[in-house]
Amino acid sequence: MSESKKWFSLDLDLNKKSESSGTCGCGNTQESCGSSHKQEELSAEEFYEAAINASIGDERKKDGFEQVFDVQMDRRDAFKKLTASLLIGAGAVSSCTSVVQGADSKEKAQIDWEEQFKGNYKLMTDDEKKQTVDRLMRSYELRTGKNINMSSKNAEEDVLFGYAFNISKCQGYMNCVTACVEENNQDRKSQMQYIRIHEMKDGKGFNFNEADDNYYHEVPAEGHFYMGTQCFHCDNPPCVDVCPVQATWKEEDGLVVIDYDWCVGCRYCMAACPYDGRRFNWSKPEVPENEINKNQHYLGNRIRKKGVMEKCTFCVQRSRKGKNPACVEACPTGARIFGNLLDPDSTIRWVLENKKVFRLKEDLGTEPKFWYFMD
Amino acid sequence: MRQLKVIRSLVIDSLDTITKGSKKYHLWMGFLTLVMLIGMYCYSIQLDEGLSVTGMTDRVSWGLYISNFTFLVGVAAAAVMLVMPTYVLKDIDFKQAVLIGEGLAVAALIMCLAFVVADMGGPSVLWHMIPGIGVFNFPNSMLTWDVIVLNGYLFINISIPFYILYRHYQNKEAKKNIYVPGAVLSVFWAVGIHLVTAFLYQGLQARPFWNNALLGPRFLASAFAAGPALIILVLAIIRSFTAFKIPDKTIGKIAMIVTVAAQINLIMLVSELFKEFYAPTHHSESAYYLFFGLHGKNALLPWIWTAIPLNVLATVMLTFGKLRKNPRILYFCCFILFVAIWIEKGFGLIVPGFIPGPYGKIAEYLPTGIEVGVTLGIWALGAFVFTILAKTAIGIELGELRFKLKKMES
Ligand code: SF4
Ligand code: SF4
Repeated sequence: MSESKKWFSLDLDLNKKSESSGTCGCGNTQESCGSSHKQEELSAEEFYEAAINASIGDERKKDGFEQVFDVQMDRRDAFKKLTASLLIGAGAVSSCTSVVQGADSKEKAQIDWEEQFKGNYKLMTDDEKKQTVDRLMRSYELRTGKNINMSSKNAEEDVLFGYAFNISKCQGYMNCVTACVEENNQDRKSQMQYIRIHEMKDGKGFNFNEADDNYYHEVPAEGHFYMGTQCFHCDNPPCVDVCPVQATWKEEDGLVVIDYDWCVGCRYCMAACPYDGRRFNWSKPEVPENEINKNQHYLGNRIRKKGVMEKCTFCVQRSRKGKNPACVEACPTGARIFGNLLDPDSTIRWVLENKKVFRLKEDLGTEPKFWYFMD
Repeated sequence: MRQLKVIRSLVIDSLDTITKGSKKYHLWMGFLTLVMLIGMYCYSIQLDEGLSVTGMTDRVSWGLYISNFTFLVGVAAAAVMLVMPTYVLKDIDFKQAVLIGEGLAVAALIMCLAFVVADMGGPSVLWHMIPGIGVFNFPNSMLTWDVIVLNGYLFINISIPFYILYRHYQNKEAKKNIYVPGAVLSVFWAVGIHLVTAFLYQGLQARPFWNNALLGPRFLASAFAAGPALIILVLAIIRSFTAFKIPDKTIGKIAMIVTVAAQINLIMLVSELFKEFYAPTHHSESAYYLFFGLHGKNALLPWIWTAIPLNVLATVMLTFGKLRKNPRILYFCCFILFVAIWIEKGFGLIVPGFIPGPYGKIAEYLPTGIEVGVTLGIWALGAFVFTILAKTAIGIELGELRFKLKKMES
């Protein structure tokens, strides 16, 4: 019962708060991240990192980092840097531009190193979070010449996100699926989709075994009804406990998120999820440049790399700005309802209080924050 | 200073022995190297393209690698069945076999670690798992427990034989009060590695096929059958190719261990089958899939129906003392038992856990050529490591490698 207490404890003026801090702090970061004054403070580290990079240079070529940043840090570069640091000595790296190539490639390389050896986002201070986000934006700019907007906005206080799905309304149009793929920069090649819509036969109840989650015909099909699943952002998520490196965790506002740069790709969380909520990047994700959603969040829809886990984040880049997730916005029937469980005036609270709601596999004790109901 | 000298000379001597040998030995090592190179080539493709070159998908997200890992943990744990009587119960019989057994454990553990690394999506960020530098989610994640116990076990199994061989190398007796505590520790540790590995799967409420209290004990039973069975086969090979004396009595005793473990394993199998098929529930679907196929999908049937008869046949034959005493039959039984448990505890355990999926979707899994290549490469690596270890150990035990002798010559 303690769970229900948590979700129903009253707290007012939540919406105001989320509005006031709705602007993200990226405006100024974009300008400041371009300046290179940061490079000077890194002399000692730089040498160390050059050494590491030189020794594992080959390894790095094959891993996922390079695809994200596309920084061509090959062995030659690394050795150049290494010799540069050796020649000049640890104290005076600022003048080493004469030995290495252009300032741009130097900056790229530096960003790459700092990214490779940064810590777990979960344990970062707000400053460190901002720094890594700055680096990622700058790296994208250096690589493509285009700007993206990446946020590191933390959870608001007194917010706990929840979701409700109206089975009577859903007609299986799958607009939510398309919107989700576009919003979250999901891999187009493997057709990754966070949301699955299960087509079920009338009169058979919720029989997932006989449902079809991969249909290609006109909807709504005669004698069928539809039910969507995705990550349910469990309040007691089994996927989080099993992660050996804490690359996935539950945020203050109830979102279960993944640090794509910290994940080692063991897929233990995938085995632990009872709801088929997680997706793995089996190869390098591909999104056409002109389709990339440039409004990103570190924990949300930023471009992933090969060999890491990802999943629905309730569109953290939107929800933390007070907007609805893309699926909710895209649904033409209004079957999807999203909101703050701690706000007594929210629609989701109204649904929970007035409809006969249920959740999937409640016997597992995972406490999903995703309810189903019927009109 | 002296210690360093001895170690140096030991390394030089062992390098000397492992590079010299009969033609057959060179062919064997050359063959293993070739397979390892092929495996490395396959792995480089996997690194380059990602895990999409394997048969794994979002629906079946662990496959051949994790299957082999699981099985090999069992093989590694089995060394303990020989350690216990020798070191602790002072049963001299086993002394010869023990060094071989521990060498096997080391090789198996190295293979385990290689399989885990091969399965990772981001091997270059594995340092995230190193306590201190990275974040080690201990004690929440069973995987971190597994990392600890496996590495600890590896350490124990390297240090005990090393100490003994090191003393023998210098023509000294190994001191009991130094290695016996280590041996006792390794006994508990071996049970630990296998139980913890079982808990890795057993603790997932999402997968009813694994979430079953019998999984851990069954792991132990099957491990103590498959591991010693492999040791018997290896001892048989060593016996016929080297001057290393292994008395029949030793093999007979190990065969006894295999038999009892195989019997217990069979009892547990029956118990499991009864639970799944007497009153089948929604949760029995994975077992149905494994044994009979579901909705026309039956990729695992040939495997499991090879494994079960082999398992039963081997257990029954081993049960009769007369048959067990005949070396030919014994080796045959050990071989089929090993294969049967490899299928059952590898493929037959990991893959059905994912089928049907959380919402009943049945997506089958078949390893790709690249996956098989990497797997064979890692097995070759294990065999390579073991051959080196065994050759050195045998050299020292036979007195061919001695520190003092060398000194006198020079
Ligand atoms: S639905 Fe699955 S992935 Fe999402 S929080 Fe729950 S257990 Fe984790
Ligand atoms: S795949 Fe990544 S997020 Fe999932 S358990 Fe492994 S390291 Fe953690």
